Order: sequence, then structure tokens, then C-alpha cells
Amino acid sequence: MAKLSDKEILELAKLAELELTSEELQKIPGELNSILDYVAILDKVDVKNLEPTYQVTGLNNVQRDDLKIDYKLNKEIMMSDLPDKAEDQIKVKRMIA
Amino acid sequence: MKKWPLITTIANDVNNSKTTAVELVEESLRLIDQNQEYGAIISVLKDKALERAKFIDSEIKSGKNMGRLAGVPFIAKDNILTIGSETTAASNILKGFIAPYQSTAIEKLESEGAICVAKANLDAFGHGGSTENSDFMVTKNPYDKTRVAGGSSGGSAASVVLGLAPFALGTDTGGSIRQPASFTGCIGLKPSYGLVSRSGVIAMASSTDVVGPLTANVSDCALVLDVIAGKDPLDSTTIDRQSGSYEDIDDNIKGRKIGLIKEYLSDSLDEEIKQAINKTTLKLKSAGAEIIEVSIPSLDYALAVYYILCSAELSSNLSRYDGQRFGYSDKTAVNLSESYFKSRAKGFGTEAKRRIMIGTYVLSSGYYDAYYRKAQLVRTKIIQDFHEVFKQVDFLIGPVTPTTAFKIGEKSDPLSMYLSDIMTVGVSLAGIPAISIPMERENGLPIGLQLMTKQRKDKELLGLARKVEELI
Repeated sequence: MAKLSDKEILELAKLAELELTSEELQKIPGELNSILDYVAILDKVDVKNLEPTYQVTGLNNVQRDDLKIDYKLNKEIMMSDLPDKAEDQIKVKRMIA
Repeated sequence: MKKWPLITTIANDVNNSKTTAVELVEESLRLIDQNQEYGAIISVLKDKALERAKFIDSEIKSGKNMGRLAGVPFIAKDNILTIGSETTAASNILKGFIAPYQSTAIEKLESEGAICVAKANLDAFGHGGSTENSDFMVTKNPYDKTRVAGGSSGGSAASVVLGLAPFALGTDTGGSIRQPASFTGCIGLKPSYGLVSRSGVIAMASSTDVVGPLTANVSDCALVLDVIAGKDPLDSTTIDRQSGSYEDIDDNIKGRKIGLIKEYLSDSLDEEIKQAINKTTLKLKSAGAEIIEVSIPSLDYALAVYYILCSAELSSNLSRYDGQRFGYSDKTAVNLSESYFKSRAKGFGTEAKRRIMIGTYVLSSGYYDAYYRKAQLVRTKIIQDFHEVFKQVDFLIGPVTPTTAFKIGEKSDPLSMYLSDIMTVGVSLAGIPAISIPMERENGLPIGLQLMTKQRKDKELLGLARKVEELI
């Protein structure tokens, strides 16, 4: 399978909304490529007539009664965990620079 | 290394006022303080634990029974939410995060009178097999401080072995309970997928994440499982319990068929582990079990399947850490987009970034079919192979890891670390229960034996585990 170029690594980091330090930029490309090389052993497996597995319990589209559930969330703690707030609202940076 | 009495005995003594919850909690806190050099504990819930202990003692004084775990201190892996106290997943991005709700597992334990005294170290977000990926510290092996305690539930396993508390909770996504249990010499149960609620557990790979107990003996393990198992309206993936109590186990193995997995006994397996398994197998035979060598050829692909699916799922699960609602938030960013990038760049460690990027890649348009879908197809093959083999045998046994606990710093590249999961990930992909139980050892490091069985047969698995415990 294809080797990831440094340019593709940067593109991938961008897609994942990550910035890499210069040290990580040195190390990560080689590491990602060796992991991708390893998982390429799956190329050999014959998967004809198989369906993909998305769950292992047999539970599919689990539904419940349309009733209010008490998640017992502590609002005060949630507010105190906010990095930035204005009164009781979440405050974020401007969208457009 | 403190040896606690059976949990049932401790709880009975508390309920009968032979000892007090306060004394037990104080003892646990003292041991935690004395054993800081092992790096097992991230935070101590001193005030909360003592307050709860006092409450339990006063209720007992007024004549109440406080439950099957009355006054029993325990330690929870720090990716399990404890309301009102810090829960970090050993990551910088969640440093200082106070949990706004209680995880279901801890709520159930507390409803039987247990007291959470501390939060245990792990590889950040569960990404690793040694706790070396913790953003805070490395947990050392209680038998050799130059070696790892395993991971990711390394802090939980070391806590149990050091006797900091009678039991601990861990989580297992690809081996994170079984491998540290094997490296440190305690019992670690990975229940059937869905048997224990994941509500309030910081998600890694949602299709294999499970919560389970780490204990000093099988009876304690069964008791803790019995308390935490069962359907939860807050986790739609939970399954029904087996009927009756998980403590009500049958350890008769006469005529039971046990399959020894051929693929796990390759040349890369340490000689000493091979010998320990041979010895245990002979004992099982003389106790009346029939041992059959079996083959599960698709297990050779399990690790590749696991690292594709696990990375894909965690890249999605970790997208919630954006620095806006909780966790680390970079203050220098000038706009929202930059805030996401900078918060995640500084908050995540290198291993999290590596895995997020692999996950993003295998899910990306153009590569999805070649990696993600292919892995889901091979997963089906692995499940079918397990299914086939369980037509011939009742249980499977094998090693937990190819080696005993390795040296701190020994595995410097990520792939060699991933390879230490090679014998545990198959079980995770199939969603079946498995347990690591320490075997006899001469002078060396602990060696775990992995016992596995069919999905939803956790009780039968505990039966075999009890037999092994008795024989060793």
C-alpha cells in the first residue's frame, strides 16, 4: 500500500485538527508508515461472502420509551469545567479572524 | 504488599461493627501514601472517602446493613468518572477536569457500600500497554521497579498487587485489564462486551471497551462483577445478566473440553511462559478436563484488524476534546479554528496524536474500503472462527502476553508496543469474556494464564478460573 508522504501527513494532521511539534514531525511519518505496512497483511485475507461486523451483541437500533431520563448531570460542575464563559453561556473565540 | 481478607469478610466485619469503614479507608490511604514511588495513583479522594466512611459507620451504628461491599475501599482507573472529583484519563487535556456525573459502575459499587479512595494511573486515554504513555508518570511493577506494570490499567493492577485497596476497576479495550494483571500477578477480568455499563467511562474504542474488576482472588472478582454487571438505560449497548448470581459458580471441570490455542504457542512465546502453561495444562488434565489443541487461523490477523478499528473509533471519540466545553483550552488562539488546533496540539500526547491520525487516515475517503471496511470484514472472520472452535470446546486457554513484564523504556517504537497486545486483541474483537489468572512461578516475574469462553458465559469462565486458582 501507498507510503504516506510528509505532505500527506500534514494534510492528515489538518483533517484531524492537530498541530504537530517539530519533533513529532520528525518521528510520526516513519511510525505511521511502519504501522500501515504492518496492517497491510490484511490484503492477503479472503473476505468473499463476509459481511462487516459493526456490533458483537446482536443488539441493533436499540430503542427506548420516549420518556424523560434523568442523567443526573451536575450543572454547577459542568459550568465550572468550562474554559471560558459569559454568565451561564459557553464563550468561544470568534469564528472569523 | 498488604494482603486484605476476602471482600465478603471485610464487608461482614463492617456490617457487624467488628471494624469500621473509617479504619479501612485510613489504612488504604496510609498504604497509598507509603507506596507513592510506584506511581500507581494519580489522585486521592481523601476527604470524600473519609466522609463516606463516616456516613457508612453511622448508618451501621443505627442498625442498618450497608451492603455487600460495606466500607470496602477500592481504586478506580482514572478514565472512569467520579462525580465531583478530578478525572483525567492520565491526559494533559483533561487535567483539572471535574466529573459532573457518576459512572454507572461506581454508582453500583457505592450502592453496595464500597468507597472509592483513589484514581489509578493509565496510558493516557488507554493508549498503550505499559502506562509509559501516561502524560503524568510511569507505574512501576511491584516485583521489579525497573519494569512496567503493564497497561493501560497498570495503576489499577499495581494497586491491587501492592494491596493499596482490596480491589480496583479497570477498562479493557484490547487487553488493558488482562495484560497488566498478567504482568503484576493479580486477577483481571474482561467481561463479555456489554455486560458492564460504559456510562461515565471515557471512551477509547467503543466497539470493544469494557469495564472489569482487578482483584487478588476469584471470589472477590465474582463479587465485584455481580455488583457492576447488567443492563443500564444510560448505555444502550449493555446486555442482560446471566440468571442468578455471578458468585454462584461451579468449578467442576470433569469432562470439560479445554482448547489450547495453537497460534498463541509459537516460537515467539517466552520459554518460561510455555513451561508454565504446560504445567497448568497437566494439572487441569489430572483434574478431569480434556485438553485439545485447537487452531484459530484468523487470529494471525487480529492485531492488524484491532489497530485499524481501534484507531478509527478513537479518532472519532477524541474529536470531542476541542478546548471549548471542558479540558485544556489554549488561550493564545485568535479564532475558533485556531483554538481547536492549538488546544488539541498541546493537550494530546504524541501517542494520542499518532492514533488519531491513523484513525483519520483509515476512515478517509479513498482509503475507507481498503482499511476500515476490510478490517470489519476480517473481524467477522475472526468471530466466525471463534464460533467454530467453541463447537468443539467449552473453554480456550493460552498465554496473555508473549513475554513477562518488560523494562521501562524497552519498547521505544509504537509498533513493538502494539505487538505486546497480540494475544489479547482477538478476544476483544469477538466480544467474548476472558480472564488473566496468575500461574505458579519460581523466582521470576508473574505470568498470567488467559482463560476464554463464549460470549455471555462469564459465570462459567469464573468457574474455570476458580479451579485454576485452586490447582495452582
